[in-house]
Formats: sequence, C-alpha cells, structure tokens
Amino acid sequence: MPVTAVPLYLPGASPVHRLGAGPKLLLLLATGVTLAVWRSPWQVAVALGAVLLLYAVARLPLRVLARQVVALAWVAVPLLAFQWVFASWRTGVGVVGSFVTLVLLAGLVTLTTRTTAMVDAVVRVCGWLRKFGVDPERVGLLLALGIRSVHVVLGLAQEVREAQHARGLRSSPRAFAVPLIVRSLRHADRLGEALSARGVDD
Amino acid sequence: MLSSRDLSLVAIFAGVIAALGLVPAVSPFGGAVPITAQSMGIMLAGAILGARRGALSVLLFLALVAIGLPLLSGGRGGLGVFAGPSVGYLVGFPVAAFLVGLLTERVGRPYRVHLGVMANILGGVLALNVLGIIGMAAVLGVSLVKATTLAAVFMPGDVVKAVLTAVVAAGVHAAYPGLIPARREQPATPDRVSA
Amino acid sequence: MPEIRVASVSHSFGDGATRRPVLRDVDVTLTEHRIGVVGANGSGKSTFARLLNGLVHPDSGTVTVDGRDTVRDGREVRRRVGFCFTDPDAQIVMPTVAEDIAFGLRRRGLTKDEVRARTQGALTAYGLEGHADHPAHLLSGGQKQLLALASVLVTDPDLLVLDEPTTLLDLRNAEMVRRLVDGLSQQVVLVTHHLDLLDGFDRVLVFDDGRVVHDGTPADAVAAYRSLVAR
Repeated sequence: MPVTAVPLYLPGASPVHRLGAGPKLLLLLATGVTLAVWRSPWQVAVALGAVLLLYAVARLPLRVLARQVVALAWVAVPLLAFQWVFASWRTGVGVVGSFVTLVLLAGLVTLTTRTTAMVDAVVRVCGWLRKFGVDPERVGLLLALGIRSVHVVLGLAQEVREAQHARGLRSSPRAFAVPLIVRSLRHADRLGEALSARGVDD
Repeated sequence: MLSSRDLSLVAIFAGVIAALGLVPAVSPFGGAVPITAQSMGIMLAGAILGARRGALSVLLFLALVAIGLPLLSGGRGGLGVFAGPSVGYLVGFPVAAFLVGLLTERVGRPYRVHLGVMANILGGVLALNVLGIIGMAAVLGVSLVKATTLAAVFMPGDVVKAVLTAVVAAGVHAAYPGLIPARREQPATPDRVSA
Repeated sequence: MPEIRVASVSHSFGDGATRRPVLRDVDVTLTEHRIGVVGANGSGKSTFARLLNGLVHPDSGTVTVDGRDTVRDGREVRRRVGFCFTDPDAQIVMPTVAEDIAFGLRRRGLTKDEVRARTQGALTAYGLEGHADHPAHLLSGGQKQLLALASVLVTDPDLLVLDEPTTLLDLRNAEMVRRLVDGLSQQVVLVTHHLDLLDGFDRVLVFDDGRVVHDGTPADAVAAYRSLVAR
C-alpha cells in the first residue's frame, strides 16, 4: 500500500474555495489565538460547529472529513484521557476540542486553497521580511519544492521497502534509512541540476 | 543565498523527515504498533546536511506541516499542532538539527559514530527536551517537574534513536561523501571558503 | 539554426588522486537541425550535453551558442537552450502539472494572462489538458517525461538538449517522445542509447573515452558505434 498521506487541494467553486488564501490563513490564525484565550467547553463547541458548517459550505465529501477525524482521534483521545486524569474534564474538552477545531480548520484551508495560492500568501508575508535578507521568491520556490519532494521521497521509500522485501531482508531502521537517504541525496543532485538548467541560479 | 543544490538538498530532506515519520521503520507486534523514526529525521538532517542546511530543511518541514500537510508521525499536521502540547518540541526541532549539525561539522569527515552519538544526544535529546518540556508545561498547565517526569518516559528511546541516527549517518556519509567538511580542510583557510 | 561552437574543450571531474578526465580536447561546430550523440556510459556524452547550456563549465576551451559564451552569458544561454534530463521525476519541480509548466515562464516579463495562456497552450499541445491541476506524482512515467518536455518547450527555446530522455521509459512512451522530438522545428541535440531514435537525424557524433571518434550520418555513426562496442 503506497503511503500518500497528503491531502492536496480539492477543486471546487464554493465561497470557501473562492475566498483568498490570505483571509483564510488570517481566519485560522485568529481562531488559534481566540481558542488559546477562550476555551470553555461551550466556546469550543461553537468554534467546532462553525468549522463543521464551513466544511458543509465548502461541499467537501463527508469521507474527507471522516478521514481527518479518524487521524485526529489517535492523538485526541489519549490527550483527553490525560487531561481528565491530571486536570479536569473541562480542561480536557477545552484543550482537546480547541486542538481538534484548529486542525480541522487548517485541513479545510488546505483542502480549499490551491497550493499556489497558499505559497503566494506565505511569499507575500515574507515580502515584509525582505529587510532581513529573506528573498520571498526563494521561500515560495522552497515551499513548492518541499511539497513536491514529500511525494518524491515517499515514492523512493516505497521502492526501498519493495527492494528489501524482494531480497527477503529483515526490516531494521538502518536497512531502511540508509538506502532511502542515499537515494534521496542522489535525487537531490539531479533536482539541483534541473533547477540550474531552468535558470534558478541566474 | 541558497544555490540550486542547497535548495534541492533542503527540500528533499524535508521529504525524508516526512517519510521517516509516515512510513513505519519497524513494525513490532505484527505491525499493530508502527514505530516511526521522525525524531531520527530531525537529528539526521543536522548529522547529514550540517547546521545551516539541516536546520533549514527542518524549518521547511515545519512550514509544510503549518500550511496543512499532515506530515508529523501519526499523520498530524496543520497549524493546529502548534497549539498542542508538543509545540515546544516542534520549536526545538530546528534548534536540535542546527546543534547536531554544528557539532557534526566540528568533528568533520570522516564521520565517527561515537562522536556522532554525543552530538545527537547533546543537540537532539538534551537541547530538544529542554525546549519540549518548557512547551509541554506551558500548554498543559503543569509544573516543569511534572512535565519532565512525563518526558522522561521517552528519553531512553530518544537515546537509542540518537545512537541509531549516528549509525545511519555513518552509513550515509560513507556512501555519499562530501556533505560535511573533511577534518584536514577545517582549520582556518578563510580565503578559500568565500571562493 | 543556431551555431553551437565547442572549441578545444577539455574537462575533468574530481581532484587529486580521483581526478578523471571526461572530455579530451573536443572541437566541433554544430549547425544542423537534428544532431545525435551516442557513446558508452562514461564516454563523456552527458558532460558534452551539459556544456551546451552552461551546466558544466569547461576546465579549458570555450563553448558558445550563437556567439554567446555559456560561462560568461550563462543566464542568456539558459534562456535559449532548453534541457531535458533522463529522470522525469527529478526535473519536475512544482507540485502540480500546470504550475510546473508555468514555472519556466517566470521572470520573463510576461503578464499573468500571458503566462496562463501559454501554459494552457502547452497543456493542450502535449496532451496534458486533462491533468492541469493534478499532482505531478500521479502521472505515469511517460506523462512525467511529456510534462518535463512541455515545461521546457513552453519557453520556446532555440535549441533543445535531451540527455537520454527515453532511457527510463517503456517502448510505447519512448515512441511518444520520439514523435514529439521529430516534430520539433527547433535545433535538437539528442544524447541517447536508443539508436533507432536517430533515424532521419542530420548528424551523429560518437563519443569514446572523452573524444569524438566518429562524426557523420546516422547510418555511418551507428555502424562505427557498433564496431566500437564489439571491439
């Protein structure tokens, strides 16, 4: 089973899709700050409800939401139990609820925002850091390359796995990591060359 | 200014950190409890790429997580994780990679496993846990002592990973030399560095 | 066609004990439409290809494309010389198909609309219109190489250099790439192990141990290469 745990943009024409990346990221940031301050159970419930409503407005398939919830449960349930034991259920619901709300909202932003738009927003923010020697265009390129590289390395990881199984090798972290990293570095050489050829150093 | 090669090394290693977190490295108990190697990925970034590129690749990895890719082990991602109890560890990741890289560069090539283990423990276990524990105490609203007790459970595992990281780094440097400076090249030749 | 002038070029990799010459005093002028380059692994042909857009700076000698020195005017040369590599995965740099095609058009003084129009044109021309927003990793190997070619050709280069573009492809996809290359009006330098790709080429260079050992028509060159391999 290939590992592709990356939910990329799901095309759509909903108002959530059409809203700019900047406003969406600002909303996410504002929600994060708000939930850090106000996190009583009912406040968190309102926020969570609002996020779920946005999922409905965005007309995303239910299984997309379900997949995220399942992934979150692995962290959320033990965290809730921990808070319940060491603090109170109110704190637990507050901490875990705000965490789940934020992660779902972040997921919504990703699902409804084209990667380019997301990267452009980050690049705009980095424009303010130009004074400190940050080159916004490089930052954008690096983010795009990073997204692409995740898929490339996951593909390489799959190949390494299959090569090991084919040769009947027992899997150990060393036998997995060394060939994976060496292959990745060789790939980076070729990628660097392709970037040069496409004028990135010019 | 990062060259094309630096850009691609930084980007690809962010992918390596993600892959080490998402693909189970070992699956004991019949695969029921996959143990991933993401924290090894953080140390490996420094141990293989050096301080600057290593820290940058970890920063890029965190940026990808922040814009919503679920790349942390267990498939977590999005800005939400920076609100969780592990925020101190996340902030500590690039610091740890930088320190491991700095110490690894100081030792230089050829890579020595025992010195690598020390670099990994200093940067990847001690420094990382100091920041991690402070973050955990702040988010969970517990004392530093209690947070340290919680973190202590994972430390033996962290030390094992520090050793494994050094073994892996030695293997990688042997198969792909040239990423960290050779020992004899190191002492002051500043005129060559700028070339 | 542009004039490619490779003048007394020698080049080595590594230093000290590991120093290994890869090109020895190569001297050719290429003005033909389609030029093939063949030779065994390690014969220097890939390094030769990389000279043509300044990816490799020669240790000695000069390389010019239409009078532009690939070292001094590297930026201008790379704008005019497109390069297609062997591994399609390593040359796709952006996450989605349309973004990768548009990437080559940045910093060329084009408006957003012009970039969009040219990207759309390339997507249609190379049969990728159904994949515009698809992540590049979901494409097949052949589609990836098509995308790599589309991303280079959208910049409308005067010269296209291809370094073993079909080596990692199956027969059907290799045929697709061959048809695409055959239809190009630009000058083409094609490095390959697939000798049948060179049918109808104007000139073929055979490399051995860093030297051009044969220079002629495809039929002659292939015969020379075969006798070289048999030796």
